Amino acid sequence: MVHRLPPQCKLLAVLAFALVVVATPRERFWAFAAYAALLGGVALAARVPVAHMVRRMVIEVPFVLFALLIPVIGLGERITVLGLSLSVPGLWAAWNILAKATLGVAASVLLAATTEPREVLIGAQRLRLPGLLVQIAMFMLRYLDVIMDEMRRMRVARESRGFEARNFRQIPVVARSAGALFIRSYERGERVHLAMLSRGYSGRMPMIRDISASVGQWGTALALPAAALAVLGLSL
Amino acid sequence: MHVPDGFFNAATSISAGVVAAAGVAVCLRGARRELDDRTAPMAGLVAAFVFAVQMLNFPVAAGTSGHLLGGALAAILVGPYTGVLCMAVVLLVQGVFFADGGLTALGVNITLMGLVTVLAGWGVFRLVTGLVRGQVVVAAFLAALVSVPVSALAFTLLFWIGGTAPIDVGTVAAAMGGVHLLIGIGEGLITAATVGAVLAVRPDLVYGAAGLAKPLVLRGADGSGTPVGEPEPAPAAPGALRPFLLGGVGVTLVLAGLVSFFASSSPDGLEAVAEDKGFIDRAADHLFGSWALADYGEVGGIPVGVAGVIGVGLVLVLTGAVAYAARSRNQIKV
Amino acid sequence: MNSLEVRQLAYAYPDGTQALFGVDLSIARGERVALLGPNGAGKTTLVMHLNGILTAGHGSVTVAGTPVRKDTLSEVRQRVGLVFQDPDDQLFMPTVRDDVAFGPANAGLRGEDLDRVVKDALERVGMLDAVDRPPHHLSFGQRRRVAVATVLAMEPEILVLDEPSSNLDPAARRELAEILRSLDVTVLMVTHDLPYALELCERALILSDGVIAADGPTRTLLSDAELLARHRLELPYGFAVPVL
Repeated sequence: MVHRLPPQCKLLAVLAFALVVVATPRERFWAFAAYAALLGGVALAARVPVAHMVRRMVIEVPFVLFALLIPVIGLGERITVLGLSLSVPGLWAAWNILAKATLGVAASVLLAATTEPREVLIGAQRLRLPGLLVQIAMFMLRYLDVIMDEMRRMRVARESRGFEARNFRQIPVVARSAGALFIRSYERGERVHLAMLSRGYSGRMPMIRDISASVGQWGTALALPAAALAVLGLSL
Repeated sequence: MHVPDGFFNAATSISAGVVAAAGVAVCLRGARRELDDRTAPMAGLVAAFVFAVQMLNFPVAAGTSGHLLGGALAAILVGPYTGVLCMAVVLLVQGVFFADGGLTALGVNITLMGLVTVLAGWGVFRLVTGLVRGQVVVAAFLAALVSVPVSALAFTLLFWIGGTAPIDVGTVAAAMGGVHLLIGIGEGLITAATVGAVLAVRPDLVYGAAGLAKPLVLRGADGSGTPVGEPEPAPAAPGALRPFLLGGVGVTLVLAGLVSFFASSSPDGLEAVAEDKGFIDRAADHLFGSWALADYGEVGGIPVGVAGVIGVGLVLVLTGAVAYAARSRNQIKV
Repeated sequence: MNSLEVRQLAYAYPDGTQALFGVDLSIARGERVALLGPNGAGKTTLVMHLNGILTAGHGSVTVAGTPVRKDTLSEVRQRVGLVFQDPDDQLFMPTVRDDVAFGPANAGLRGEDLDRVVKDALERVGMLDAVDRPPHHLSFGQRRRVAVATVLAMEPEILVLDEPSSNLDPAARRELAEILRSLDVTVLMVTHDLPYALELCERALILSDGVIAADGPTRTLLSDAELLARHRLELPYGFAVPVL
């Protein structure tokens, strides 16, 4: 069911949910537990495997490290935990960031796992994101694989000749690949433009398909942020 | 560097979103002027390139590696407007499809990694190429070098205004600035080498070097008429406001970037953070290894005024952007 | 009326390099013609003129009676279907359906008419099953067939293919040949794959140094070893033009 909801509903729901989470005071532990339970419910309903969620959430790690640093460098009242002097407001801040970031990432991962990229773009366009921006993102997604492939081939070519990026002296070699990659990307962009012109492109993308959402679908999708809002209301 | 949800309070997230939206709107207009109906495919392909290049890790110092932000590189290769668009789309795609960077923090991320890196990078680039003509590669190095710590300092400033943690702004500025200066050196080297590599093969593709090319000479081998070619990718003549705006931003941001490092000997800020210095050392030890220690001790005394300078820079950008948008709208009406 | 008429076409790139030095050729409706020539002969430059991506420096290009000019571009691009060498350049939309629909939609087609055109075009190249797949999930040969469909959907007067057999494995190459033979449309095929030209086209042109150096039955041209050698063209090792 989650998979089949119109993308614009899901996008807005996730964004609203994240906003509610961010606006929640950090002292309301149980509210965050309720948010997590809500996301868990959605994941269950959408049959997104836990392993997939966890794997995609690894992206969060660098900022987790930063969050862990805050109690160490934070100001204010300090307590000693395991021989380390930690700032109490810093600990609160770290909890705040960890909880909210994790919920935000989980919501985004759910969105990405239940929605095709091109559908997300159609949804974004329905939500009045400028058409040109949507088109740029569309071309980027279409050619990401192509360009990553080219980069992979260049790396294989480098490494098969015994190259390994170990210190800064190798930067020129890496940069030459990057330069070559840019030229290939740019020239491909020009060829794509020619291909578009050849089929009658005149500066406007024809809107080929559109996905409209019914009131019921909006209701279903917005149930998530509405529930979160109710939790927030109760916690205040 | 991608800020997740919960790092900034809701008010700051939304304000940054408004700034980012305004900046992107200005750049949509500007890029259309530069690229015309080629904007969508060209910016899309360059965005894919930026995304790919961000995966290139380069060694910074013993044991650590950084990856490109790419803002300065994009600005120099395809121009500041298209550069911002590419960065914004990369961040959008990373946030929505890869959960890299929070959705509520998208505005913050676009502002810091799109607008600030591109404007700082392009400002420095224009400044240096203006002072010493032809030094495109050197200018690219300096532009990328400055763009990274400036972005980090802008992050600090924003964190000071609307962050969710109680941290002394001087301390964080010193730590962020110091680490990101090192990363900036890597960014600078790889940006300069990349721009150099493109210059060597297809100088016509480097937007930042467009004004420096020699004029083309046309020859008809059989006396046929003047050939009509593809439209040149050369940039449109910059408006009167743009050099001023970008120059001003550049100067401000260079000051912000450089002062934070040369001002370290000034004693006034030292007192404020003297107490915390021990903790900074420990913090640095945790994340970045021993090499950073000496630097931090000295840079610890960042005058908080630096943050003010960055603030000025940001305000300048914002006002300029709004003024510019207003101006273009007037032109359309007329 | 001829599908294509090129008269005294000359062109120099903005950097001063002249690529075409007065090309003359005409192709009758329904003909399948191969344009042969070594790398750098000006083949791609010529192709870019056929639908007005490049504008003639001198001379003229006429498609089914319509001269290629700035004011006729949209009409001409409807009539000349260009299939690029790299299908990834041509398939830029998120799905095969969107891609095939791009041309007709630009021409104003919508709704059921659009769906029907898309379906027909994909059926003609045997790729109807892939209609909802993203192009980058298809094999190279399949992508090239979809690229042909994107152009067929515009009902072109003439189909121009740039190196259609490059990078295809033998089976994909044969399948594409069968598709091209089955199409009832004028074809200009730019290639240096001489056996493929012989297989598909009764007539061939040799473009060399920016002019048409030879024009005749493909069989006759390919039997002239001296002519081929003069223009850096070679039959593959062990290949001989079969005697009828």
